[in-house]
Amino acid sequence: MADERLQAALSDATDRLRDRRAQAFAEFPEGERLRDRARQIKRHTIDTLDTQLSLLAERFEAVGGVVHWAEDAARAKEVILGLATERKAKLAVKSKSMTTEELGLADALSDAGITPLETDLGEYIIQIAGETPSHIIVPAIHKTFDDVADLLEEKHGTARCEEHQAITQEARDRLRSSFLEADLGISGVNFAVAETGSLVIVENEGNARLSTSLPRCHIAVMGMEKVVPDLEAVSVFLRILARSATGQKMSSYVSVITGPRRSGEEDGPDELHLVIVDNGRSKLLADRALRESLYCIRCGACLNICPVYRHAGGHAYGWVYPGPIGSVINPTLLGPERAAPLPFASSLCGACRDVCPVRINLPHLLLHQRDAVVRASSTARIPGRSGFKGWVERSLVRAYARVMRSERLYGRAGRLARGIGARFASGGRIRRAPGLGAWMSTRDFPEPPKKSFRERWEEK
Amino acid sequence: MACRRRLSLADTALFVTCLVDQLFPQVGEATVDLLEQSGCTVAFPSAQTCCGQPLFNTGYRAEAAPLARRFIEIFEDFERVVTPSGSCASMVRVFYTDLLRDEPEWARRAEALAARTFELTEFLDRTSFSSGANLEARVVYHPSCHLKRELGVDEAPRRLLRQVRGLELIGLDDGDRCCGFGGAFSVKLPELSSAILEEKLKALENCDAQFITAADTGCLMQLGGALSRRGSGVRAVHIAELLAGRVAL
Repeated sequence: MADERLQAALSDATDRLRDRRAQAFAEFPEGERLRDRARQIKRHTIDTLDTQLSLLAERFEAVGGVVHWAEDAARAKEVILGLATERKAKLAVKSKSMTTEELGLADALSDAGITPLETDLGEYIIQIAGETPSHIIVPAIHKTFDDVADLLEEKHGTARCEEHQAITQEARDRLRSSFLEADLGISGVNFAVAETGSLVIVENEGNARLSTSLPRCHIAVMGMEKVVPDLEAVSVFLRILARSATGQKMSSYVSVITGPRRSGEEDGPDELHLVIVDNGRSKLLADRALRESLYCIRCGACLNICPVYRHAGGHAYGWVYPGPIGSVINPTLLGPERAAPLPFASSLCGACRDVCPVRINLPHLLLHQRDAVVRASSTARIPGRSGFKGWVERSLVRAYARVMRSERLYGRAGRLARGIGARFASGGRIRRAPGLGAWMSTRDFPEPPKKSFRERWEEK
Repeated sequence: MACRRRLSLADTALFVTCLVDQLFPQVGEATVDLLEQSGCTVAFPSAQTCCGQPLFNTGYRAEAAPLARRFIEIFEDFERVVTPSGSCASMVRVFYTDLLRDEPEWARRAEALAARTFELTEFLDRTSFSSGANLEARVVYHPSCHLKRELGVDEAPRRLLRQVRGLELIGLDDGDRCCGFGGAFSVKLPELSSAILEEKLKALENCDAQFITAADTGCLMQLGGALSRRGSGVRAVHIAELLAGRVAL
C-alpha cells in the first residue's frame, strides 16, 4: 500500500477490467440467465464429482490420453518430473496455469535441470522478474509499462522503446524458437469435458495453442473441480467467462483438445497426459458451506471489484489465489495457520458476489472461514496493527458477550464508556483515544451524548 | 404518548441498535417520529442490547448465538420489528437462521422473526408514509453494503429522499463502492479501511454536496469521522434525521 505508483497502476487496471465487465453484461441481456445456468451446472457437477471424474478419466484414455491422479502437490510434481526425466526433457514451454503455480512446478522443474519457460506475456515478465503472479488472469497487473521496459533492459539488454508493441515483439522473438525446441509442453485446463474426454483451454495470446501442439509431449494439469459434464456446458461457460474476466465476448482462442495427434494428422503431440490434482480440494468438497467455492471458474472478476484487492494488491494475500476467492479457499487449502488473516481482510461489502459468474456467495463464505479460523486457532494473532493475541481477543469477546446478555450490565457499560469518551472530547468530537490510535489517525469519533436513547425514552 | 409505554398495545417494536442507543440517540428519536407518522404504535422493548453482529462478523459464532436467541425472545411477539440500520437488519433477517441452523426450533423462530423484521427505509417505502420535511440542500446518498446487497434495498431510500422538498440528490462516482467501515474490519485493518475511505472522500469532494446520508450509523461514523477530521463542510447525517425534518442547514 505504501507504493503510490503501484497503487495507481493497480486501481487503474482493476477499474478498467471492472468497467469492461459491467459494459459486457449490460450489452448481453441473457447473461444473468446464463449465470444461473452455469451455477446449476457447477452445483450438479460438484455434487456428483466422483462420477464425473471417473467418466472423464475413462473417456480421456479412450481417446488416447493418459490420466494421473495426484492427491497433493508433492505427488503431482513427482508425476510430472517422472514423465519429464523419462523423456530426457531439457526445455518445457509452459502456458499460464494457476494450478501449476499452486504446485510450485516451475521451481521443481528447474531443480531437476529442466528449464521451465513461461510463454504468456504477463507470466513471462513475472518469470524474468523472479516474482509470482498477483492476479488470476493478469499476472503482471502490478507492473507499469515503464517497469517492464526497465526490467527487459536490465535482464535482457533490450533497448528501451516507447512502443508497447516492442515488449510483445521482444517476447515473441525469444519464445518462437523455444516452442520448436521444447521437449515438453505444460498447460492448465479451463474445462475438462467428461462426455468427450476433451480439454478446453481459453486464452488470448495463442501461446497455449503452441505449447500444447508443438512439443512431442503435452502434460495438462487441472484441479479436480475443472471437470464439466459435456460440451453444451462448455458453451454456457464460454459465454460468461471472457465477459467476466476482461469484458470480451469471447477470448481470442479457444482450444478443444481431444486426445494426442492421430496418425495422418500434422499437428499435435505424440503423447497427452492429464494430471488431476486434489491438493486440499476434497476438504472444500467435504464442507457443506465451502463446497460452493469449487464452482469458481477463475475469471478474476471478484478481484477487480474488491476494494481490498485494489489497495492491497495480489501479493499481499501471500499465495497463488488472491482476492475474495483466495481469502475463501486459502485457509482450507493451506491450513488456518498460514492463511488465518485472510478471511478477516474484508469489509464484507459483497460486491464480489454481484459479479461472480457462478454467483458464489463469497461474503458468507468469508464469514464461514472466520468462524473456522477462530475455532482452529485460539492463539492466532489478529491481523492488522491492533494485534492482540488470540486469547486476549477471546477474553474481550467473552466479556462483551456477558455484558450484552444483561440489560443492566449493558446500561452500565454504556454509561461508563460514554463517560470516558466525554473526557477525551473537545468541540463535539474525540481526536485521540487510547487503544484506537490507528483508527483515530484518520477519523474523529463523535462526542458521546450525555444520555442514551433508552435513558431519554424512559424520561418521556 | 402514554400508550407508547404499554408494550401490549404497540404493533411495532423499535430495535434501536447499540450504536444508535449509545452514540446517536437523536437517530432513534427521528425513527420513532417517522414510524408514528406512518401510522405505527411504537414500543421500545428495553431488554434489548446487541443483536450479536460484531461477534458473528469476527468469527465468534458460538458467542453470538446466545445473543441471537435472547433477541428472538425479546422481539418475537411483536407484529413487526423496525431498525434504523441496514447491517443490523440483515443480521436478523439473513444471518440468524444460519447462526442457529443446528437448533431446528430456534432456527424456525429465527425465520419467523426474520419475516417480520425490516430496515426503516424499506418499511416506510411500503407504507403510505410521505416525508413532509423541507431542506434546500445537495445530498449524496451512500448505499450501505449490507442494506443494498444482503437485503436488496436500494431504491427505497432514494425514493424517500426525493420526497424531501428542496432536496437535490447527487450521484457519486463509483457511488456503490464500500466506504471501508466493515465494523471490526476498520479496527483490525485501519490503514486498509482508511485507504478505501479515502477514495470515497475524494469522490465526495468532487461533487459539491452539503450532506452525505446513509441508512446505517456504522458507515456514517466512518464517513462523518473522516469529514470531521479534515474540517470538511460536508456533514454526515442519518437518513432518518433528514426524513423527519431534524436537519437544518
